Amino acid sequence: MFKKIALFGGVYSNYLALEETIRDAHRRGAEALFCLGDLGAFGPHPDRVFPLLREYRIAVVQGNYDHSIGNGLDDCQCGYTDPRDNYFARISYRYTFAHTSEENRRWLKQLPTEIRLQLGPYRVLLCHGSPRKMNEFLWESTTSTHFLEKLCEDYQADVICATHTGIHWQRALSGKRHFVNVGAIGRPANDGRTEVWYTMLSLEDGDRLEATFVPVSYDYQRLAHEMRREGLPEEFVETILTGWWTTCLEVLPAKERRRGRF
Amino acid sequence: MSGIQAPNVSCNLDKASRKPTRFPLVRLEALDNLWFQVSGTLCNIACEHCFISCSPTNHSFEFMTLEQVKGYLEESVRLGVKEYYFTGGEPFMNRQILDILELTLQYGPATVLTNGMLLRPRVVERLAEIEAQSIYSLEIRLSLDGYTEEMNDAIRGKGVFQKAMAGMKRLVEHGFLPIITVAKTWEDSEDEAVLEGFLNTLRAHGYQRPRIKILPSLRIGREAARSHGYEDYEYVSEEMMQGYDASNLICANSRIATSKGVYVCPILIEARDAWLGNTLSESAAVGYRLRHQACFTCYMFGSICSNFVSVGRNV
Repeated sequence: MFKKIALFGGVYSNYLALEETIRDAHRRGAEALFCLGDLGAFGPHPDRVFPLLREYRIAVVQGNYDHSIGNGLDDCQCGYTDPRDNYFARISYRYTFAHTSEENRRWLKQLPTEIRLQLGPYRVLLCHGSPRKMNEFLWESTTSTHFLEKLCEDYQADVICATHTGIHWQRALSGKRHFVNVGAIGRPANDGRTEVWYTMLSLEDGDRLEATFVPVSYDYQRLAHEMRREGLPEEFVETILTGWWTTCLEVLPAKERRRGRF
Repeated sequence: MSGIQAPNVSCNLDKASRKPTRFPLVRLEALDNLWFQVSGTLCNIACEHCFISCSPTNHSFEFMTLEQVKGYLEESVRLGVKEYYFTGGEPFMNRQILDILELTLQYGPATVLTNGMLLRPRVVERLAEIEAQSIYSLEIRLSLDGYTEEMNDAIRGKGVFQKAMAGMKRLVEHGFLPIITVAKTWEDSEDEAVLEGFLNTLRAHGYQRPRIKILPSLRIGREAARSHGYEDYEYVSEEMMQGYDASNLICANSRIATSKGVYVCPILIEARDAWLGNTLSESAAVGYRLRHQACFTCYMFGSICSNFVSVGRNV
C-alpha cells in the first residue's frame, strides 16, 4: 500500500523532461512512479525514454499512441478531424514509428490498459483517456461531475487518474471520490510556460487525499535543438520554446482554447 | 477546424440490393449527450436545406419550458450525462433560453446551435456572464452556409448573412470563440477553396481564431427537395454493422428531449418511430433500428452532431 506516488502522462519522447521528472519525484519522496501512457510522438529519439522507464521500474499504462505503434497501425488514433492537425500527426507518427526499435514496439504492445493500486484507504485506477476508452478526452470544462461519479461507480474506484488531453486538472467528487487528469510531461500545458507538469498523489493529515501538480524545468533549449536536427516540424519546436500550443487546437473546448494564444 | 473526412469504414454496398429487409438494432451504450429541442420546430428563418423543415409557422414541436428542461437535467444526473446540447428551430426564440442555459451550466457543459440572428447586445452580455460563472464551457455553434452574402442567403434567406455576422462579431467581442457550423453544399473538389473563403471572411469580420465545423448534409426534410434525397441503396444493413464501432452513432450515445417527450436523435424527431418515452430512463432502455436513410449519413460520417470527436474510436 502506498502513501505517496508520482503520476505522469504524455511523455511524447521528451526524455529530457522524463529524467528531470524522475529526479524531482524522488527528491520529493515519491515511493513509486507511474506513467499513464503515450511515450512517443512530438519529440526526438523515441527510443531514449524506454531505458529510463525500465531503470527506475516505472509501471506504464498503455496510451493510444503506444497501442498504435505497438500494433503497427496506420495512425495514432488521436481522433483529430482537422486536416492541419492530421497533417502534423502523420509526420510525427511516421517519425516515431521509424525510430522505435522492434523490441520497444513489442513492449508497447503488451502494456496494460489500466493499473489499480491502493493508496491508504483509496482504491486508485490509472488509465490513459478514461476507464472506458483509451482515447476519450476528459477536459475540465466539458466533463460533468456526475459523469465522473458514474465512472467511479461503474469501475469501482475512489480515485480515477487519466491523461490524454495534455492539460492537468482535478475535481473532488462526493465522499472520498476524486478525479485527476495528471497532465503531460512531453510538452507544455498551453499556459505560456516552458515547464511541464506531473502529479504527486499523497495522503496528508492521516487519510486526506491530496493531488499536487508539480512544474518541472528541464533543458527545453536542448530538446528544441534536437527536434530541429531531426527535422521535426518547426510548429512543434515553437510550442516547446514558448509554452503555447500551435497544433491540435481543434479538440480544445472553448474555455481551454481561450486560455491559450492560438 | 473540423472537415468532413473520407469515412473510415469499409462498406461493401451492393447497390443492386436496395433496401435491406431487416435493419440493425442499436442500443444506448451510455447517455453521454443530452439534447434539447428547446425551441421546438420554430425558427425565425426557413433554410432551404433544413432537415426538419423548421420555420416561423411549424408548431409540430413547441418551445420547452425551464421547468421541463429542469426535470430532464435532474434525471440526467443519475444517468451520468456528460454534455448538454440545445437546438431547434432557433433556440434564442425561446424567451427562457438564458435562464435555461444558466441552469444547465450548473449541471455540465452546454452547447447552443443558433443562426446568430437574435444575438442582440444584451443577450450576448448575459451569455458572457453566465459562461464566466460556470466551470463548464458554453459553446455557441453558429450556422453559416456561405462565405459571401450571396452564397449564404441563397440557402438561408435574404438578409441572414448580415445579421449572422453581426451576431458573430458581438460574440467574439465578448470573448466567445463560436464554432462556425457549415452544412456542406459543394463538391469535394471545392473543399480547400471553400474553407479558405470562410477563413478569410471570418477574419475580415474580426474573428481571428476561427473554429469551423463542416457537416455533411442530411438529405431529408426540406433538403430532400433542394438536392436529390437519398439513393435507393443508401440504408444501413446488419451486414454493414459487422466490425463497425457502433459507439460512433448518435443513437448509441445520445437522446433528445422535446416538448413531447424523448426521441432517439436530433435528426429524426419528425419520424413516427423516433419517440422512445416520456423520461430519459424509458428512452435509454430501448434500442433503435436504423431504418432511416439519414442513419446512412450518420453511419458514414459518425458523431456528426457533437462538437468534435470528444469520444474517440474504441481501441
